[in-house]
Amino acid sequence: MARVVVDVMLKPEILDPQGKAVHGALDRLGFELVTDVRQGKRFELEVDGEMDDEKLADVNKLAETLLSNPVIETYAVTVAS
Amino acid sequence: MKIGVVTFPGSLDDVDASRAVRLAGGEPVALWHGDNDLAGVDAVVLPGGFSYGDYLRCGAIARFAPVMEALVDAARGGMPVLGICNGFQILCESHLLPGALVRNDHQRFVCRDQMLRIENADTAWTSAYETDQEIVVPLKNGEGGFVADEATLDSLEQEGRVVARYVGVNPNGSLRDIAGVTNERGNVVGLMPHPEHAVEALFGAGLDGRGFFASVVQAMADRS
Repeated sequence: MARVVVDVMLKPEILDPQGKAVHGALDRLGFELVTDVRQGKRFELEVDGEMDDEKLADVNKLAETLLSNPVIETYAVTVAS
Repeated sequence: MKIGVVTFPGSLDDVDASRAVRLAGGEPVALWHGDNDLAGVDAVVLPGGFSYGDYLRCGAIARFAPVMEALVDAARGGMPVLGICNGFQILCESHLLPGALVRNDHQRFVCRDQMLRIENADTAWTSAYETDQEIVVPLKNGEGGFVADEATLDSLEQEGRVVARYVGVNPNGSLRDIAGVTNERGNVVGLMPHPEHAVEALFGAGLDGRGFFASVVQAMADRS
C-alpha cells in the first residue's frame, strides 16, 4: 500500500474569500505576524501496491481531471514515504 | 418541442425549470443523472441546486454523471443547453463554457431580485429579448463569482459572448459583472441568476425570465 498526497490550491490571482476570513480572524486574535492566508485542500490517496511511474502518471491525471480545476487551481502530487 | 431537465442528487430547481418550459410552450422531459442517453429531447436545461452536495467543487462531481457524456456530445453537436446556477457551474466544470464559479467575494449566500442587462440576444436562449434589454430575475447563490483569466475575459467581451451582465449591484464579485456567458456557437448558455423563478404572475419578481425558455422554443420551431 502506498500513500499519495495531492495538495490543491487556488491560483494566486484567484480571490480566496475563505483565506481572507481566516486572515481577518487572526488579526482579531492578535496574530499580527501573518500577512496573508490562502486556504487549500489536501487529498490523501491510498494506492494499491508499490508506486511506480505508471501509477504516478495516473494519479497526476486524476488530480488534474477531478481533484482540481485547472482553470482556477494548481495541484502538487507527493508520494508519502 | 421536448426540453429535457436533468435531476442530479441535490438538484433543487428541476421542477421549477420544467414548469417554466411548459409555460413557454415546450414539453418538459425529466432526465435522470444516471441515464446514458437524452431520451430524444431537442434541448436540455441543467437546473439549479447543489449537485452531490457541492462536495469537492460546485458541479465537479456532477460533470462525471453518466448523462453528462451524452449531453457534452450533444452540446458540441449544437444542441441548445442552458445551465442555471449549479447548472452553470456544471457546464464550466465540463469545459463546455470557459471560466469557473468561485465563492462569493463577501462569503455570504445572497438571495435577491437582480437586474440584468441582456447583452447578447442572438443565442438559442436569449433571442426573445432585445439587445441591452434590462430584466429582473431572482438570484440566489453562495458560489456565484465568475472568474477567468484576463485573456479569456477579453476574448469573451470581443466575441460578444457575455450574455448577461449584472446592473446596479454586483451580487457576488463576478469579474466584469458577468452574470452569464455562451460558447462560440451560441447554443450553450450558463447563467447564475434564476429565470425559471420569474415566469408566473404573483410569484416573485415578474415574468422577465420567460424569455429564456420562449427563445429556445422559438429557435427549435424555426429550425423544424
